[in-house]
Amino acid sequence: MRRATQSNRVMILIPAYNEEGAVADVIREVNQVMPNVPILVTDDASRDDTYSRAKSAGADVLRLPHHLGLGGCVQAGYKLAFELGYDYVIRVDGDGQHDPKYIPALLDVLRKTGCHMVIGSRFYQNNGAHTSTVRAIGIWVFRLVLRPILGKPVHDPTSGFVGVNRDTLRVFTGSFPLEYPEIEALVVLQRKRFRFEEVPVRMRKRKAGRSTITAIKSLYYIIHVLLGVFVNILKFEGRRRKE
Amino acid sequence: MDRLLNVMTILSLVLMAVVLFSVRRSHIRVEYSVSWLGAALILLVLSRSPGALYWIATELGLTDPPLALLILVFCIFLVVIYRLSVVISDLKDANIAMAQRLAILEFQLQSLNEKQ
Repeated sequence: MRRATQSNRVMILIPAYNEEGAVADVIREVNQVMPNVPILVTDDASRDDTYSRAKSAGADVLRLPHHLGLGGCVQAGYKLAFELGYDYVIRVDGDGQHDPKYIPALLDVLRKTGCHMVIGSRFYQNNGAHTSTVRAIGIWVFRLVLRPILGKPVHDPTSGFVGVNRDTLRVFTGSFPLEYPEIEALVVLQRKRFRFEEVPVRMRKRKAGRSTITAIKSLYYIIHVLLGVFVNILKFEGRRRKE
Repeated sequence: MDRLLNVMTILSLVLMAVVLFSVRRSHIRVEYSVSWLGAALILLVLSRSPGALYWIATELGLTDPPLALLILVFCIFLVVIYRLSVVISDLKDANIAMAQRLAILEFQLQSLNEKQ
């Protein structure tokens, strides 16, 4: 993978774990929407053929030596992007749920508003999103909890379809939640007084593979994330006292 | 009471023996054996000092010294387990950072080889 150049400061990051059925299509779609933009797949030690499928489809692949979980996998990609000098990284999941046609919209908001993070939101501006009941309840709870912490509403806090700028990359290379990172990442950014924006997107059903969040894990997910948010608030208070 | 204290004495001696044996076989590193050996030693001393146990029970407002012993055992192992949780968390953080660094270096090495 080449270093960032004056003309190309954007990288697409695709975290993938056992996504051999979808990852190649995702790469091809991204290539159609964003030709000549480097694509980095971070393979979280998949046990299937994800690595070679991604390579064959033309992406660069950062292969982790063992399974780290979503947060560790995404953070590895952010670290490499930061070291290579990229200014903007758009994360697109390797399961095909994120439609790459929205990447230019996310990038546009990042560049024009100067915000630190942009979230592709299923629920922003009522764009008719559908999700499971359990997940919808979880999202409702998280919205409620995050509203006073972030000082503004966030419509889709669990969305992994996000774009970040270089300042955020710098923060995330040092501190990034390791499990279920999306919601805690918002609180990490809030500690730095960073701004985020939302862009309406439509999400698709995953093309292949299984979600990492099963029905059984949902309750654990909610408790884990709420605890993570609470811990991050404690860090926030500590930092303010030091200042 | 005496029987319970005798059982605790035997348990603490067994714990010491197991830990020392594990250190000798390199199953536990010396620095992590200290917590276990310390806990075992405290148990041994308490189980051989009924007077101290009565005093602790009185201070805790308990009428039953064996209950005081059980509470103490619980607290001692809580501290040991907490210490191990801290160690495991540190190790996990270091492990993740190292795995990411290794992957990035491997990636860059591969890129260099492809260029040549």
